Amino acid sequence: MQSHLAAIVEAIYQKYGYDFRQYSEAHIKRRIMNRMAMSGLEDVSQMPSKILNDEAFASRLLQDLSITVTEMFRDPGFYRSLRENVIPILKTYPFIKIWHAGCSTGEEAYSMAIIMQEEGLYDRTTIYATDFNQRALNSAKEGIFSNKLMKEYTANYQLSGGKESFSDYYTSNYDHVIMNQSLKKNIVWANHNLVTDSVFAEVHLILCRNVLIYFERELQNKTQKLFYDSLINGGILCLGAKEGLHFTDLYEKYFELDKKQRIFKKKY
Amino acid sequence: MQYDAVVIGVSAGGMNAMKIIFSLLPKDFGTPIIIVQHISPRSDNQWIDLLNDKSNLTIKEADEKEKIEKGTVYIAPANYHLLIEMNKTFSLTIDERVNFARPSIDILFESAAEAYKNKLIGVVLTGSNHDGAKGIKRIKECGGLVIIQDPKTAESAYMPTSAIAAVKPDYILSLEEITDLLIKIDKQKD
Repeated sequence: MQSHLAAIVEAIYQKYGYDFRQYSEAHIKRRIMNRMAMSGLEDVSQMPSKILNDEAFASRLLQDLSITVTEMFRDPGFYRSLRENVIPILKTYPFIKIWHAGCSTGEEAYSMAIIMQEEGLYDRTTIYATDFNQRALNSAKEGIFSNKLMKEYTANYQLSGGKESFSDYYTSNYDHVIMNQSLKKNIVWANHNLVTDSVFAEVHLILCRNVLIYFERELQNKTQKLFYDSLINGGILCLGAKEGLHFTDLYEKYFELDKKQRIFKKKY
Repeated sequence: MQYDAVVIGVSAGGMNAMKIIFSLLPKDFGTPIIIVQHISPRSDNQWIDLLNDKSNLTIKEADEKEKIEKGTVYIAPANYHLLIEMNKTFSLTIDERVNFARPSIDILFESAAEAYKNKLIGVVLTGSNHDGAKGIKRIKECGGLVIIQDPKTAESAYMPTSAIAAVKPDYILSLEEITDLLIKIDKQKD
């Protein structure tokens, strides 16, 4: 990493414990330069001391570095495959533990809860939804989303194979909707950092989509090891549309359940 | 002057524009080309395969961490931003849309300008969005060569017009002339 960038991520790590040292550099640089342009600082070399001495500034920068872009039923084709290829496997277990790693503001965790409810599995399911961004987690827990987005989410839901009326899953209140309590009841929201924390729980299914693309190769491998160690034998790993296992040592240790949708099954 | 890469930003009208360019570029064209074409987030990459079938060059979707190779054309995947790292590999992100677009031309251009400095050619083609104007300015500031499609010849003039307003281009040309110029520059390398 270039020296001024390295000094910035080092300052964040030393003072606040968030480790971006193995994130993709072009991405980190773009986010930092955007914050820089808004901050009134004259030079990027002033940023490390600003981070160390100004907690409000550091907090804003941390939000910049945490990507919270997500959707309900993001990539409908993935959720369709999940219904067709993964649910039949989950049905064989007496209880089901799902880890949604990097859940951000919770849209995909709620999507998962909806599917489990429709499949009649939700009462024996626990969804652990984790993120390092506490503000995003707090928002996820509230389950309040902009009403404007519901049209798109409804389309996603229908394309994913959803057959119910999507509006039954929330209550509208002017500009916002609030997700049903029945969906929230088995979701456990928890702060967990994939970079610095260890195995979270032993689970049957892990979803971690569009998180690893931000990591450098070595950190990707380390995180994949964490997922492997967290899955039961025969457990399922779901990655983002452009993420894979090809460059990890673990490639041979999974079957491809759905190559296109990046769904893998851990070998026994 | 030698150039190590070409970045192209294109939006509305891009499918026809790319068909013209890639039917004309010869098999021995060595400089890697990296493209952002604005496209629906739900688009699959079949159009890339079709374009590849009609071209002498290898045209493929850019993969994350992939190393940029000579003689290859890379296209940003739908619904992801494409960035170039200092070590000439790709990164993908799902950050917010920029100029209503993901992938955004500005994001590709700005990261490419950092990575290639004065060894970069930036090209803005047809489109009805101002994406690319900020990025092409950055390419120029870093010493790169700027080529913009003549708005009079563009299916949609808004994007090249916005780019010309943002930066003084080295060339304003039609698609055929742009292709000829790229071939000429590429040959100078040998």
